[in-house]
Amino acid sequence: MAYNKPIPVPQGESDVYWQNAKKGELWLRYCNSCKEAYFFPTDICRAIPCANPRDTKWIQASGKATLYTFAIVGYETGKAPHPGFEAPYVTAIVELEEGPTMPTNIVMDDPTPEKLQIGMPLEVVFEDITDEIALPKFKPV
Amino acid sequence: MTDLRKTAAIVGVDESDEIGKVPDKSNLQHHAEAAHNALADAGLSLKDVDGLFTAGTSTLQLGEYLGVKPSFVDTTAVGGSSFIIHIAHAIAAIDAGYCDVALVTHGEAGRSMRSRPGGNASDPDPQYQTPYGFIGQPVAYSMAARRYMHMYGEDKTRQGMAEIAVATRKWALKHPKSYMKDEMSFDDYHNSRWISWPFHLLDCCLVTDAGGAFVITSAERAKDTAKKPGYILGAAEGQTHGMISQMPDLTRTNAVNSGPKAMEMAGITHSDIDLAMIYDSFTYTVMATLESLGFCGPGEAADFVANQRTAPGGDFAMNTNGGGLSHTHSGMYGMFLILEAVRQLRGECGDRQIKDHNIALVNGTGGSLSSTGTTVLAVD
Ligand SMILES: [Zn+2]
Repeated sequence: MAYNKPIPVPQGESDVYWQNAKKGELWLRYCNSCKEAYFFPTDICRAIPCANPRDTKWIQASGKATLYTFAIVGYETGKAPHPGFEAPYVTAIVELEEGPTMPTNIVMDDPTPEKLQIGMPLEVVFEDITDEIALPKFKPV
Repeated sequence: MTDLRKTAAIVGVDESDEIGKVPDKSNLQHHAEAAHNALADAGLSLKDVDGLFTAGTSTLQLGEYLGVKPSFVDTTAVGGSSFIIHIAHAIAAIDAGYCDVALVTHGEAGRSMRSRPGGNASDPDPQYQTPYGFIGQPVAYSMAARRYMHMYGEDKTRQGMAEIAVATRKWALKHPKSYMKDEMSFDDYHNSRWISWPFHLLDCCLVTDAGGAFVITSAERAKDTAKKPGYILGAAEGQTHGMISQMPDLTRTNAVNSGPKAMEMAGITHSDIDLAMIYDSFTYTVMATLESLGFCGPGEAADFVANQRTAPGGDFAMNTNGGGLSHTHSGMYGMFLILEAVRQLRGECGDRQIKDHNIALVNGTGGSLSSTGTTVLAVD
């Protein structure tokens, strides 16, 4: 069946992120002034204050994360808010080992609140959705 | 900063002709009906209006539709809090002489709209959140609530959310225009289906068709309008993020900034407030907002609202129109907080009229807990 969920449209400053995701790697922007990685990727560091917001680079993330928070969309009803999504599914904000948080899905069968514990360790997995795009998602370790 | 305390007043408020389920009216019709009704409430008409404020549509389209040619316009759109934020902008514009009569309008056929606008798929939200099914505010707010539960306890948080849902419904039943007409028990709340766990259906606001409008003019001119003016004592605003995944602290909104600023400008403290109109997009929004405004400390909201304290007869009057949860919620609900606050201050609320009604605090929250506007209103 054709993939009919929303598909990201990469921009110049996120091409590296999406190209590496397609290779199965998670990359982050890193500010040399702040000495911090950040999500989502922008050429210019968004921290305030920042001594030199343009002194940024790409780094590869370990792919390790912990669960910061989540929701189970369509729990017990199977009702999804948008065509293409099969409920129940888990939306989550995860805290990457490098520091930043990012939005994602937790991949698991039959999700329940009991199976999802805040702080639980996760690792990145990639779901190929088109010839160009793979979505980084996370699964329990 | 110039002291704008009590330099302007809200002199007219009203809804569109019908609210709730209104199948054949467009967004703009709701705007226009509400505008005419609110101006009539003030004893004014469109020929008096020289400032036009709205959110979610251009004033080009709206002004043309209304037939006004304003000399000052503002389309600040930061979600459902926008109309509260417009108050701060309007009093500044009136003080500076840019306009004298500011009309603020809202109209949204949230339920019955025939076409919905699309977004730009390359912006951050559609690029990084939407592909994961972060679609609709229940998803965003329920993730924030889950974090709050982690910090302060799931059962206690759940009890607070239930108290708010049940108390708000009791108020809604006292408002003749409320969408919800049936009583709600605690069992009804707990047994309602899951939308996005941890949110039950009854944690979530309604989706209705509705418009609303209010009129602001200088304190001087307000003396000559039809009804008792709702003087603006304080107004402040701000925003912290766009996407829920970028929110600095999922349990604290920008009300931590806009609340104290508005209250300081008004020269009041919490104990002076007779009515709190708190944007209730979700039960959780109220909990996070009460804490952010300083009515209670972090993690204390469930205790604060316990034993139906915010219901009719309780000692903390809150959301007396029945809220976005049970009265109406067309999409950007903040407008209706203002309508109820002014009507309560005037003493027009009949069956649901609160006893002491001198000072009201209104707090709007917009986007994904992203923006807030706080205002303090009072009658003489
Ligand atoms: Zn930096």
